[in-house]
Amino acid sequence: MRAFVYDRASNEAAAIHAASMLTQLPEVQGRPPVEYLAGGTTLVDLMKLDVMRPAKVVDLGALARVHNAITVSPDGVRLGAMVKMSAAADHPEIVKNYPVVAQSLQLAASAQLRNMATPDGNVLQRTRCPYFRDTSWTACNKRDPGSGCAAIGGLNRQHPILGGSPDCIATYPGDFAQSLIALGATVNVAGSAGVRTIPFSSLHRAPGATPNVETVLAPGDLITGFNLPAGPWTRRSLYLKIRDRQSYEFALASAAVALDMDGSKVREARIALGGLATIPWRSREAEDALVGKTLTEPVAEAAARAAFADARPRVHNAFKVALGQFDLGPRAAASRRTGGLNDDRSSCSRACRQYGPTHSAL
Amino acid sequence: MPTKRSDAPQSVNRRRFLGASVSAAAIPFVGKSLDEAVAQPVAVETSDSPAVVALSVNGDVYRLGMDVRTTLLDALREHIGLTGSKKGCDNGQCGACTVHIDGARVLSCLTLAIAAQGRQVSTVEGLARADGPLHPMQQAFVDNDAFQCGYCTPGQIMSAIGCVKEGHASDEDTIREYMSGNLCRCAAYPNIVSAVAQAKTQMGG
Repeated sequence: MRAFVYDRASNEAAAIHAASMLTQLPEVQGRPPVEYLAGGTTLVDLMKLDVMRPAKVVDLGALARVHNAITVSPDGVRLGAMVKMSAAADHPEIVKNYPVVAQSLQLAASAQLRNMATPDGNVLQRTRCPYFRDTSWTACNKRDPGSGCAAIGGLNRQHPILGGSPDCIATYPGDFAQSLIALGATVNVAGSAGVRTIPFSSLHRAPGATPNVETVLAPGDLITGFNLPAGPWTRRSLYLKIRDRQSYEFALASAAVALDMDGSKVREARIALGGLATIPWRSREAEDALVGKTLTEPVAEAAARAAFADARPRVHNAFKVALGQFDLGPRAAASRRTGGLNDDRSSCSRACRQYGPTHSAL
Repeated sequence: MPTKRSDAPQSVNRRRFLGASVSAAAIPFVGKSLDEAVAQPVAVETSDSPAVVALSVNGDVYRLGMDVRTTLLDALREHIGLTGSKKGCDNGQCGACTVHIDGARVLSCLTLAIAAQGRQVSTVEGLARADGPLHPMQQAFVDNDAFQCGYCTPGQIMSAIGCVKEGHASDEDTIREYMSGNLCRCAAYPNIVSAVAQAKTQMGG
């Protein structure tokens, strides 16, 4: 690990000040030279691997005192940025009335990592692209801007089929972010220019020509919390994750679905895909294919096909089109039930039987 | 000079000798409370001059001089001499380094020691007194033959205690799911699941 300045912020203002005052220093790897340390599960890992090389680390541990609350009101749930993922996953109100959130958190990482990681760090976690994480590959535009992309011509089985660019095809690895998009959540951001609230679905930026820039956050911006609005769709929401292992693995394909139903008709739908795209991917195509329709298996399957109409499979990941359609189709149909149990395991084994020969070809 | 408040070990064995050797380089504890010890200047640069880090481990307070890059795992093993927590992958993937911080199971290899100041760290060494009975989870691992080489065992035991205390040991499937962060290359998994189930009843979980 390279040398860095460690700074323990005593409060939010001190953290933002500490992270904003290094503007005289050059950028590091096309990013601001300062990183916030929350749970550390991504940052410390990537610093050990020499993938991230911040000049300064601002420890947010002391902010847990004020940003550690899960607040329930008739308007919805507010998640403080320093809440542990495990606490949010087990919170009775979230389990009962926001199942997509509880499921996306429970199915992520391991129990130890969920006890460390925070929602703000989780949504900012960086890709698991092996060419990004292994510095013996010199070409990675996300790690070292302008160096190229080793994944495009490399082994790209785990890479996305949506949202890639000629400069980067790294998968967004998380689960929780998709549930926030499905529920129409907003995120509170504090920075040197004050505080603001933005739709969560606008937080991440597609790689384009600058894959090193992953969000709309400015240097020093600090996520302070998430707002999950209450609505008829919150209880009728689900998260499905398909992966190579049954537990403790990133998604090959995942879907977060929230539906507002008028009897058997879909009044409104919000759908986000994981493991399949470069950012937490809102599929308006799938949503549009559901709205106003009576929700049947064929309608759900048509929505799943629409979601991948613009998919761009690579040499080794063509199976993800079929896998994603499998993931989304039955999922959307199952979302009719309120607070339905996540049948991750049975769906996974069905998917593996159906698509195993394809995606285990490598 | 011992760096912790508790009495120095009465007998010297290999592990204690190694422990005393490594902690001889540590800055002696000078009797401040942990809160006072934590109230140090906050911005510290990695350099030849070490940061002073105050850690509370198994109820003892240590004041140690170390590079701010030091992980909690390395601080425990190399600075304090508590070698029960193991370094497997050192990248948060295997669970061998699992300890408790403020009662929650976490990975010490992905925790910077300096960021663990002011918090209560518990390791496998703190589960049972030298002259007392084993913790029910330790005894359950013995009773169920829940290990072969034993390298992952301290992490498994610390994780398993967390699993029970969190209420995630209701049945075998749940135990497997909530213990998935601890890998065992000897594949003692069936016996580990049995051990957790046994200890759960004894721990009142």
